[in-house]
Amino acid sequence: MKHYDVVVVGGGHAGTEAAAAAARRGATVLLVTQRVDQIGAMSCNPSIGGVGKGHLVREVDALDGLMGIAADDATIHRRMLNRSKGLAVQGPRIQADRRIYRTSIQTQLRTYASLTIIQDEAVALETTGGSISGIRLESGSVVRTRAMVIAAGTFLGGRLFRGHERLDGGRIDERPSQRMSQQLRALDLPITRLKTGTPPRLDGRTIDWSRLERQASDADRWRMSFLPRAHLSLPQLSCAITRTDARGHDVIRAGLSDSPLFAGAIEGSGPRYCPSIEDKVHRFGDRDGHQIFLEPEGLDDHTIYPNGISTSLSRETQDQLIATIAGLERARITTYGYAVEYDHLDPRSLDHRLALHVLPGLFCAGQINGSTGYEEAAAQGLIAGLNAAGHALSLDGFICDRASGYMGVMIDDLVLQGVSEPYRMLTARAEYRLALRADNAETRLTGLGIAAGAVREQRRASFDRRQIMREQARAGENVDVDADVRREIDEDTRYAPYLERQAVEIARMRADRDIAVPAPDTLGGVPGLSTEMIERLRIARPTTLDEASRIRGITPAALSALWLHVRKKA
Amino acid sequence: MDTETIYALSSGAPPAAIAVMRISGPDAQAAAAALAGRLPPPRRAGVRTLRSGDSTALDRALVLVFPGPNSATGEDLVELHLHGGRAVVAAVAAALAVQPRVRRAMPGEFTRRALMNGRIDLDQAEGLADLLEAETEDQRRAALARSDGVVGKTLTGWMGALSDAAAMIEAVIDYDEEADVAADHADTWRAMINGTHSEMVALLAQPSVERLRDGMLVVLAGPPNAGKSSLFNALLGRDAAIVTPLAGTTRDVIEAQIVRGGIPYRLCDTAGLTDDTADVVEQIGVDRARALSDRADVILWLGDPQAAPPGAVRVAAKADVAVNGVADIVVSTRSIETIERLWGLLADKARELLSFTSDVAIAEAQRTVIKEVSDLLGAALRETDALISAEDLRIARRRLGSLVGEDPTEAMLDALFGRFCLGK
Repeated sequence: MKHYDVVVVGGGHAGTEAAAAAARRGATVLLVTQRVDQIGAMSCNPSIGGVGKGHLVREVDALDGLMGIAADDATIHRRMLNRSKGLAVQGPRIQADRRIYRTSIQTQLRTYASLTIIQDEAVALETTGGSISGIRLESGSVVRTRAMVIAAGTFLGGRLFRGHERLDGGRIDERPSQRMSQQLRALDLPITRLKTGTPPRLDGRTIDWSRLERQASDADRWRMSFLPRAHLSLPQLSCAITRTDARGHDVIRAGLSDSPLFAGAIEGSGPRYCPSIEDKVHRFGDRDGHQIFLEPEGLDDHTIYPNGISTSLSRETQDQLIATIAGLERARITTYGYAVEYDHLDPRSLDHRLALHVLPGLFCAGQINGSTGYEEAAAQGLIAGLNAAGHALSLDGFICDRASGYMGVMIDDLVLQGVSEPYRMLTARAEYRLALRADNAETRLTGLGIAAGAVREQRRASFDRRQIMREQARAGENVDVDADVRREIDEDTRYAPYLERQAVEIARMRADRDIAVPAPDTLGGVPGLSTEMIERLRIARPTTLDEASRIRGITPAALSALWLHVRKKA
Repeated sequence: MDTETIYALSSGAPPAAIAVMRISGPDAQAAAAALAGRLPPPRRAGVRTLRSGDSTALDRALVLVFPGPNSATGEDLVELHLHGGRAVVAAVAAALAVQPRVRRAMPGEFTRRALMNGRIDLDQAEGLADLLEAETEDQRRAALARSDGVVGKTLTGWMGALSDAAAMIEAVIDYDEEADVAADHADTWRAMINGTHSEMVALLAQPSVERLRDGMLVVLAGPPNAGKSSLFNALLGRDAAIVTPLAGTTRDVIEAQIVRGGIPYRLCDTAGLTDDTADVVEQIGVDRARALSDRADVILWLGDPQAAPPGAVRVAAKADVAVNGVADIVVSTRSIETIERLWGLLADKARELLSFTSDVAIAEAQRTVIKEVSDLLGAALRETDALISAEDLRIARRRLGSLVGEDPTEAMLDALFGRFCLGK
């Protein structure tokens, strides 16, 4: 019987980062996926990064992850969002050639000697004494392991909707993981449904580009990754912008009766910030049009991704809608849009390592935790992978707090507050936004990664070199300092008074983090703690006073009572 | 160890004979010295004149310094034993609040620091937990429920407006490229913040709940022997429904609360004090009389009408003796009729004041927060970098959120996605 320190289920953005991160930390890793050729696939939009999301990509990169490098390898269009604003909210985003992106991820994974990849399906978890001990695969074999990361994306109980069509699947033409879903439900975990959607894809040769406003790639060739690499730059393509209009909205309203969303067939909540076009038309009826970004999917691929019209309306309605849009009148749909509804776990059943409270050794990352987006998935995968390796090899946990990175903000939000819609990273969620910049992710995180043994030699050497540059830049010696490092130090100076004010808040948060609070089940009868407060604590399971302080509805008085209780026990 | 220094009244609420203001934290001695000058040696009481930033004398107080760690909180601790009047306590608190790295303590914070530094017996302290619940959450709810929920509605309304404004800034930041959003929202959010800011400033200019509850402040002022004390006693005649002489303030200002015709008044007699006194104690009395006059709703000026402070009601007292110069009203302490006429005049003034006051009245604790929020909004408006404005606004909404019990991030996100059609 085979044994691996860590088994990762899923080969998407979360799964690949988890597998690589666990391997970097010294674990032997098995990655199980239904389709080896689809490892690293971008199943929705062909872009990586953005405001908040770009911050996550840089953080994943700072911890020696895959995503930043793959994005650089595959870039066919660059755009630095918020270029006119402070660096704290500048969001790097690229359009990627899908095929090259996938190839880069697969190539990077092959550099990890302790990582094995197999095409199979995980069908059953095996436990011993209440902990993970192995996994059974569809092929019949059983693999022994102490730690497992589930990064199944939308594949757990995945169901696709389009008009009256219903298909079981995680992506179009790919089957779902029903048995894993059933087994997780059998564990009595809090599982509910969420939905997301994708737009129809168009054949770019049938679009009238001459009538559309073009958006060129940025002139300066900035990169996602902090790692200096010999790097072949691809030709850069333009995107284009068009809009829906009143005629299209009429088509949508007429087609709503066939909509699984409006007919009530979908029970899961969708995200408010990535709504379907039918949602937009329904909720913002007074608007005369909605923007559509036409994004190329690759250099040798004619497919165009019309960003902004995610839909699960029927094929006929989709055809009619496209025909009303400027420049798309003759455009041919190559794949119709659809909605996907999937199982997700209430992330409050996880701790900050993304480990399940009730089943030691089981970690979850990505959409299964209620998030949406490649970058959110990748960041969680990385943290789950580092901690799964930590669990298997008896190393320290790796936790990024809210003051260290967006990944910390996201995980803290997920595991303490839970989700009511798919969670997307927004800079507005970060209270220490001025300190958490995409450009200083290396300074914030690479040192932590090195200390945790999560960073490989090349990255470490590059970091050490750039740390010396930072020292020089702070001392005003800018001769041999990289331009981006110089800019980083300049920006630190510019916002110094605000960063100092935030430093006081951060110090207070971290002091409270050192105070452990007992399991909520033991809190009955503690003076000053009401039943309501205990119930709120029970759901979110904070382990420190700092975490408890962020749970919605927990009063300052309840915190004081909790604190007193802890002191008394000590 | 905490880096911030906190202060709070540790004795019961004023009025009381003595009020003990405690200051704890690394800057406690510096803050106390800023008010009292040179501090007495540790654990030795010293009498000091406390002065505010503009050198106005606030009180002559006993000052005690307890250096950490051997203090009640385990930190540097200073006690100021004040004369217990509300005015003195409020003035000293205001003078402390403007010291660097010093802020008003949150409920239970002294206890928490004492416990953290191992200075208080845990068994005793545990009993405090229930008290804290009552002090904070219930107090917040009670404060919100006052004025038939008008205060709550106002605060919630501000929170909503600021969430909308924050949503606009955040939309511009997080959805940079969406033309529908990028359509310049700068003027809109500035206008929204400005609107709320103006409302806050207007409300802060109005009397607080305490003022309304304690009464319209009527100060009797004028030179010695002008008949202030006689008039004071006459005003408190048998017809007064309730008379509450306040202890602890009798040395230089005599204070009384009285309810007449359903309207509360706070009468203060500034006694017979002269400007050119060499006596230190008396000089403080003069300064306090001035400070009191500055805050008065009505000044009854007895003396040379030409020397009357602007806006004062010029009273020709001792009408039974002689009437000199121009006066607004002529009063004789021997004539109940003239006293009634003066009361009538005061009642008119009170009604004017109360009708000017909107139905929103805020408590001092709320006022402190609203002042802070208002200042942050002012800073956000002056700033040209949207990122900094957003940061000021974030802190402002968090402070206001603590009053209304709302999660500022969620409120903003609700506004963000409710208002804008965002996302591709």
